[in-house]
Amino acid sequence: MSNSMGMQNNLADRADAVRFPHYAVAGQAGTSFKPEHLPAILAASDRCGFFEVHAENYMGAGGPPHRALERIRQDYPVSIHGVCMSLGGPQPLDPDHLQRFKALVDRYEPAMISEHLAWSTHDDIFYNDLLPLPYNEATLTHVCDHVDQMQSVIGRRIFLENPSTYVAFTDTTMAEVDFIREIARRTGCGLLLDVNNVFVSAANHGFSALDYLKDFPLESVEQIHLAGHAEQEDGAGEKLLIDSHDRPVADAVWQLYEIVLSRRGPVPTLIEWDSELPDWPVLRAEARAAQAILDRHSDTGGLRDAAE
Amino acid sequence: MLQNDGTAPIAASFAGALLRPNEPVPQDITSHHGAGLIERYNVYRNNVTVSLINAVASIYPAVQRITGEDFFRAMARFYIRAHPPRSPLLFAYGREFPDFIEAYEYASSMPWLADVARIERAWLDAYHAADAAHLAPDMLSEIAPEGLGALRFRPHPATRILRSAYPAVTIFSMNHNGGEVSAVEDRPEDALVTRRDDEVMVTHLDSGAADFLQALIAGETLGTAAALGLEANPNLDLSRLIAVALDAGAFSSLDMETSHD
Ligand SMILES: [Fe+2]
Repeated sequence: MSNSMGMQNNLADRADAVRFPHYAVAGQAGTSFKPEHLPAILAASDRCGFFEVHAENYMGAGGPPHRALERIRQDYPVSIHGVCMSLGGPQPLDPDHLQRFKALVDRYEPAMISEHLAWSTHDDIFYNDLLPLPYNEATLTHVCDHVDQMQSVIGRRIFLENPSTYVAFTDTTMAEVDFIREIARRTGCGLLLDVNNVFVSAANHGFSALDYLKDFPLESVEQIHLAGHAEQEDGAGEKLLIDSHDRPVADAVWQLYEIVLSRRGPVPTLIEWDSELPDWPVLRAEARAAQAILDRHSDTGGLRDAAE
Repeated sequence: MLQNDGTAPIAASFAGALLRPNEPVPQDITSHHGAGLIERYNVYRNNVTVSLINAVASIYPAVQRITGEDFFRAMARFYIRAHPPRSPLLFAYGREFPDFIEAYEYASSMPWLADVARIERAWLDAYHAADAAHLAPDMLSEIAPEGLGALRFRPHPATRILRSAYPAVTIFSMNHNGGEVSAVEDRPEDALVTRRDDEVMVTHLDSGAADFLQALIAGETLGTAAALGLEANPNLDLSRLIAVALDAGAFSSLDMETSHD
């Protein structure tokens, strides 16, 4: 197993290295994996493309979470999605958390690995949310350092996800797309384009989602997220969208997704659904809708397997 | 340990008010129309607060069932502000919650509630504990009777003993998985928490059994542990207790290196 950064896992040192089969994820639609869906997933007659798990939920020493993930990994490619690395914060990364992440990657050999352009820990307090950062030269430098460090510790290329945000910063001097493009260029990381996050941030900050996507470095996009959002108002009576992951993908987000695929080709796509969890057939139907769009774009651009 | 590049104060001021609802919002945030900053920052405050309260609720479902949701969420809100998580592993969060309940004025009419919480915390620790083999119940029959007293046991990583001056084990069992609730006799209770076949089990122990099992878990010989158990309860049925503990998967192996004492 190697990757585009030329980093090698030392297979000879790992007796369990080939426990799980390799599955391609190119052109596939997947869903968040929730253990309560496992029996329905295993009983279903049709296959889903892949499953994504939040890394931190599988960082316990043992027990049922690992049984569930082993079972799903036996039959499917998985994507490991970190939500707590705090790449966007000014503090050094937590070395223990890096090692836990590496152990998880070594154990489950995920097809895709991603983290967020956000932070969640300050001093030693973990806030359990994806918090925003200003975009400027200073923050760019430490985000790049953190992405470099994470990629070199885990020995794999990661995909960095664009955030949903609710505030902007007076210290911001760069557009988010320029900031993200520069991270990809300097670190060689891939990008996870969350189309719902683009839609949410565009509404919250009064910019055009289409313009954002026009400027986005689509050539570095290796995975796409689609999710549902909620709507409220800020105190000035302006619409404020919340990245809630608790409902179906909005029509407008499906339309943006079509536009992205028409330019980038069929990139592996995940339906994210994390609260107000529906029964498996509902989530499965969302993934099937994404798969139909992927299939329609199967001859657009270069079909690439992110795991290679 | 902040990098000295001028960005640290932004994170500090942004983080500082997240769990403090009465503090002003950070000075360096803005919006495209220059307004609505309080509501916008409050999205983050709300995400942090609600997600951490939810985390506490998912660790302590029996406590929440006993107190009711409104009482629980109010108590948890005070708790997360006093003891925010220090690790991104939220399944390990909430260790100070039982002590917090003990000192929480509005819960003083439920003196057993903290011990119910301690059992729930142990339940989740057992759930996530490392995987290990279980000592087969018939292993002991292969040991010559004269060798039994010197045996030592290695506990399975999930195994825990909890002791309460209240009927906390019965109250836990009634409220775990939404069981039937009935009148409870006021008495001290002990529990053995184990995990077998990926199933966490909470076994209510007879008087004296916890003294015996705690000694075995601490690495004392079977002989020493038995003496401690019988001292606490002369009627303790040791062979039945060993069978129950092995059946529950409490031990992973026998330590064959014999004692030096
Ligand atoms: Fe996402």
